[in-house]
Amino acid sequence: MSTPAGGDATSEPNDSQTGRRVSRRRAMTLAGVGAAGVAGVAAGAGALLAGGDQASATGTAAGAVPFLGEHQAGVTTPAQDRLHFVAFDVVTKDRDRLVAMLQEWTAAAARMTAGKDAGLIGAVGGMPEAPPDDTGEALGLPPSQLTVTVGFGPSLFRDARGRDRFGIAGRRPAALAELPHFAGDALKPELSGGDICVQACANDPQVAVHAIRNLARIGMGVVSVRWSQLGFGRTSSTSRDQATPRNLFGFKDGTANLKAEDAGLLREQLWVQPGDGPDWMTGGSYLVTRKIRMLIETWDRSPLAEQEMITGRTKGSGAPLGRRDEFDEPDFAAKGDDGQPVIAENAHVRLAHPDQNDGARLLRRGYNFVDGSDGLGRLDAGLFFIAYQRDPRKQFVPIQTRLARNDAMNEYLRHVSSGLFACPPGVRDAADWWGRALFS
Amino acid sequence: MRTTRFVAPAAAGLLAVAGLAGCGGDGDADATAGGPIAVKATDSACEVGSTAIDAGQVTFKVTNSGSKVNEFYVYAAGDRVMGEVENIAPGLSRELRVELPAGTYETACKPGMSGRGIRGALKVSGTAASVAPDAALTEATASYQRYVRSQTAALLTKTEEFVAAVKANDVAKAKALYPVARTYWERIEPVAESFGDLDPKIDGREEVVEEGMEFTGFHRIEKDLWTTGDVSKDGPIADRLLVDVKAIVAKADAEKLTPLQLANGAKALLDEVASGKITGEEERYSHTDLWDFNANLEGSKAAVAALRPALEQRAPDLVKQLDSEFANVEVALGKHRAGDGWKLHTQLSKTDLKELSDSINALAEPVSKIAAAVAR
Repeated sequence: MSTPAGGDATSEPNDSQTGRRVSRRRAMTLAGVGAAGVAGVAAGAGALLAGGDQASATGTAAGAVPFLGEHQAGVTTPAQDRLHFVAFDVVTKDRDRLVAMLQEWTAAAARMTAGKDAGLIGAVGGMPEAPPDDTGEALGLPPSQLTVTVGFGPSLFRDARGRDRFGIAGRRPAALAELPHFAGDALKPELSGGDICVQACANDPQVAVHAIRNLARIGMGVVSVRWSQLGFGRTSSTSRDQATPRNLFGFKDGTANLKAEDAGLLREQLWVQPGDGPDWMTGGSYLVTRKIRMLIETWDRSPLAEQEMITGRTKGSGAPLGRRDEFDEPDFAAKGDDGQPVIAENAHVRLAHPDQNDGARLLRRGYNFVDGSDGLGRLDAGLFFIAYQRDPRKQFVPIQTRLARNDAMNEYLRHVSSGLFACPPGVRDAADWWGRALFS
Repeated sequence: MRTTRFVAPAAAGLLAVAGLAGCGGDGDADATAGGPIAVKATDSACEVGSTAIDAGQVTFKVTNSGSKVNEFYVYAAGDRVMGEVENIAPGLSRELRVELPAGTYETACKPGMSGRGIRGALKVSGTAASVAPDAALTEATASYQRYVRSQTAALLTKTEEFVAAVKANDVAKAKALYPVARTYWERIEPVAESFGDLDPKIDGREEVVEEGMEFTGFHRIEKDLWTTGDVSKDGPIADRLLVDVKAIVAKADAEKLTPLQLANGAKALLDEVASGKITGEEERYSHTDLWDFNANLEGSKAAVAALRPALEQRAPDLVKQLDSEFANVEVALGKHRAGDGWKLHTQLSKTDLKELSDSINALAEPVSKIAAAVAR
């Protein structure tokens, strides 16, 4: 059984011991670092290859994010620009095959996040008669801050008929209860749910797609792709170093997001703590995904004042209505000259704000999507919402319940896909793998 | 019709595999160890006169007293075909002569010529020479060649019947024969496709037709049968089809494939299923894609089975995985039987197709590893 290559990209014993060719991707990565040195970032070379400091690598396409750690990368990691998200159904009944695949996936993800080929041999180094163990489209590309994050859905534990699928039903956390039906949900079952999810984020879409494609290839016969989503243009910032981006409504999104720097809040709101549920989830986080179609054309012909009233923020600076700067706290009590609240009762910012939700917060790292047009000439576009939290029953569910009932923005939104996944803690060392504590 | 050709690798020379001289044991008719073993086949039973016999050449005399056309097979492990007789019409008897080393086998009658058949155990005892690794590869090609010949013979017979029905303007009969004749084609498609010029004439779909080329073959007649129901002008097309099929049968019978080609052919057949049959694009007028699906699957299995003794020496774990994945696809596909045939593609739900697609992907993965195991 293969073991994770780990985050140390400088050692690759298999290449030198077996005399196999150094994978092209690695060779090119090293060459790329050399080029960066010419550009005056020589000091960063070693740090980049070894993963470096996450925050300092922000904004560069080339850096590698460490794979090993207490928590999975791809949650508080500064949000990359591109996403390929996939939900799989497990199609085997064989627990051993599922475990073997998770081990293989872990090893492949460790390699790919370091900028290497998915397999030990690589895209071009193997037998001519055998399919390559890497698909090759990332040859020559740097790691691009790729992160690969995995989660387990409720249906992995028990199937639709309530049967224990892999002898782990007793380990299903109470927090991993199916989400309730929210007002206005128009979910498509074929775009929702899934037994296992993988979120691949990178600053190069080709690198993110390469990661998902190779995991899907490795998983043939064990898992089957249920649905997947490409995203661009992160719609949140997860670090104070990042500017707040804009969603497809043209508004800044993620101003009040949980940030990587908020250590205390992250413990309280993001990471599962000892005693919250089964031990295998300690250090993990619960992921909610929602594909939210935006009715772009009707939004675009609504007046600026209405757009700002619905949002509760100004379109330009992102400041709460009645305040000046983006990060000013909204004043929900303020009344205008007409005696009405400056921030409307049904404004998005009010309903979603922690003050209105018993302090409940989320770490969002959603992405814009445009899946072409819908055949009626309208953009098939919107927000692929991604939120991590310690307990969705106390966070996403009450927040979304309020939003679904009252949010003025609902007129322009359609929720078409929904997913809930338990993302285990990070992979600790070369002997560890995704789900080890759950399956051992 | 595939878009990519069945590749005869330039590297085939790596494998010093000699074609088997002679090919086939039909010449030694008089060496039969005992009298013929009687097999009584009906629509619901398959009584084999003796189920524990001595190694050597064995003759079965199969009598079909049922109402459906029957077939009789002797299988080694993994459904490797040791011998078969096809097209035994009701009321007729046919003989099967087969060389059987000691081991455990299965016999099968297939009334209606479909499905796994009615199986029975057959124990063969006595001396059996063990097979050396390279000999196992040589035997694989010889074994597959026997399979190809059995299929080309049936292809010719069924195409003749189909062509006759078309020329007689018997639309109902032609429609019934169409997927049956194609079954034999689809089982050996990679072999047929290695003869590049004939394949598009016989099996080309409408979109392959380019300037200066005529749309002929099975799919041209399929279109007329299912869209207008008028084949009164298709006599020349039907004649041409038979001429082309005869040509390809002659070439296929003479073709010697390498073990690597068997391995790639087995994969190519599953790729056919994944790219053309799951989507329903192959049989867009008749929607008989599941017939082709099953035939591709059987053809792939036959190629893998021929390689089985070699694979058991080289990659025993792979053999286990292949067995279990072939079984999974058969179960998934088996849900869609309709009488002696198959449901139409249009009768399947999206969920059905996803399940079939998943099972084919799961099988194609280990099958894609055979070539490397063989080349090792």
